[in-house]
Amino acid sequence: MQRYSGFGLLKHSLSHHENWQRAWRNPKPKKHYDVIIIGGGGHGLATAYYLAKEHNITNVAVIEKGYLGGGNTARNTTIVRSNYLWDEAAHLYEHAMNLWEGLSQDLNYNVMFSQRGVLNLGHTLQDMRDIQRRVNANRLNGIDGEVLDTQQVQEIVPLMDCSANTRYPVLGASWQPRAGVARHDAVAWGYARGADSYGVDLIQQTEVVDLIIEDGAITGVKTDRHGIISAGRVGSVVAGNSGVMAKKAGFELPLESHPLQALVSEPIKPVLDTVVMSNHVHGYVSQSDKGDLVIGAGIDGYNGYGQRGSYGTIEHTVQAIIELFPMFSRVRMNRQWGGIVDTCPDACPIISETPVENLFFNCGWGTGGFKATPGSGHVFAATLAKGKAHPLAKPFSMYRFHDGALIDEHGAAGVAH
Amino acid sequence: MLSIYCPHCGEHREEEEFHPKGQAHIVRPLDPESCSDKEWGQYLYFRKNTRGLHHELWVHAAGCRKFFNITRDTVSYEIREVYLIGEQPSVTSDRAQS
Repeated sequence: MQRYSGFGLLKHSLSHHENWQRAWRNPKPKKHYDVIIIGGGGHGLATAYYLAKEHNITNVAVIEKGYLGGGNTARNTTIVRSNYLWDEAAHLYEHAMNLWEGLSQDLNYNVMFSQRGVLNLGHTLQDMRDIQRRVNANRLNGIDGEVLDTQQVQEIVPLMDCSANTRYPVLGASWQPRAGVARHDAVAWGYARGADSYGVDLIQQTEVVDLIIEDGAITGVKTDRHGIISAGRVGSVVAGNSGVMAKKAGFELPLESHPLQALVSEPIKPVLDTVVMSNHVHGYVSQSDKGDLVIGAGIDGYNGYGQRGSYGTIEHTVQAIIELFPMFSRVRMNRQWGGIVDTCPDACPIISETPVENLFFNCGWGTGGFKATPGSGHVFAATLAKGKAHPLAKPFSMYRFHDGALIDEHGAAGVAH
Repeated sequence: MLSIYCPHCGEHREEEEFHPKGQAHIVRPLDPESCSDKEWGQYLYFRKNTRGLHHELWVHAAGCRKFFNITRDTVSYEIREVYLIGEQPSVTSDRAQS
């Protein structure tokens, strides 16, 4: 792999940047792989990368029906934080946070991870109590967090309306300084390039149309363009389409797929240097390095695979944002889109063995999977390598919905993001 | 935005008046106490999550507040049929679910 560096940039400028090595190959698939990963989004590519790097398993293919990172990885609002309430979730997201902090160096790819802090606003007495409880829980788990009052919030975000005159006045917030945003596409590309450098085959524009299951164990996958490819183990990391994949394997998952929308404005001068989220009025906003406001909404209530949602949902979100930031009322919106998120009843992911031997699922990240990308890939790689759940992934088995050991993160995951 | 026909009101209204309530025709076990953990978990949480034709429960929350069923395509979002609670859908198979 050609390493990127300042010197390299200088060197290639002499040849007009025409001789850069391709970031990854476009190989023809082999007949057999030790591990096949279905889904070439951030989580799938991270899984492949850590399989090769940490577990020395390099005979791996990632099969993607579209292009790499073209699903929810390309559609999220790039927020990264780890301030989850329950120990199991907090440990998992904090594991991801620790990986985020060294990711650009590890991948030799600038993922533009910017720890600009995230505010989760409280607008009612109950909000504030929940925030205090969550921040205390975070600190016990070694995760940074502070409870701020209205004045402190106003100091961090001067342009937000923190007066008592709003319909839902800002009473305070939780503040995680290490949280922030990252460049979503770069995360997928960085992992893709890293995985490829270890010899992982990235097979794009190839859809897995069926799973080959014999005697209760998976032996391979059937693809639309390359026929049957056999595999020792298969990991499904297909987010919104997990239910579809589970159906091919002959079981149901406790998931429902919903459209989740986001929108961005025209680029404007820097006005917002942090991330503001509010469960109560239901919206969140940050400003990208390019200058556009990145605004997120709630999910549409109905099941949907259409990668678009209803206008009413956007209207609610924009109302919330305008209430908090009256000066945004005349900013024009540039683009709006939707992604398909697979939501779990307890708002926590599923990283799990399945009723089919050697078939593993990593799904159910719902509205907040992007922040977990490195951690998700890391623990899922260990799960695939060892054939049993990584200790951090263990509480997230799909069978928790049978034994009742749910991890209720509706509070910390309250706003879709 | 969906335009939904409420069979109780006899009118098309905007989606915002309604709330989706998930998969329809989920039968509550007659004797919950005798269910295994698996059966009960299956009933509570596990869903078809169909890509394609989906039979689902809706409530006219800001209208008559009554429940009814809809058969809807989860890819095109087209509403194929509206029918009352207790009735069975007449539109059941479309293209193969992929």
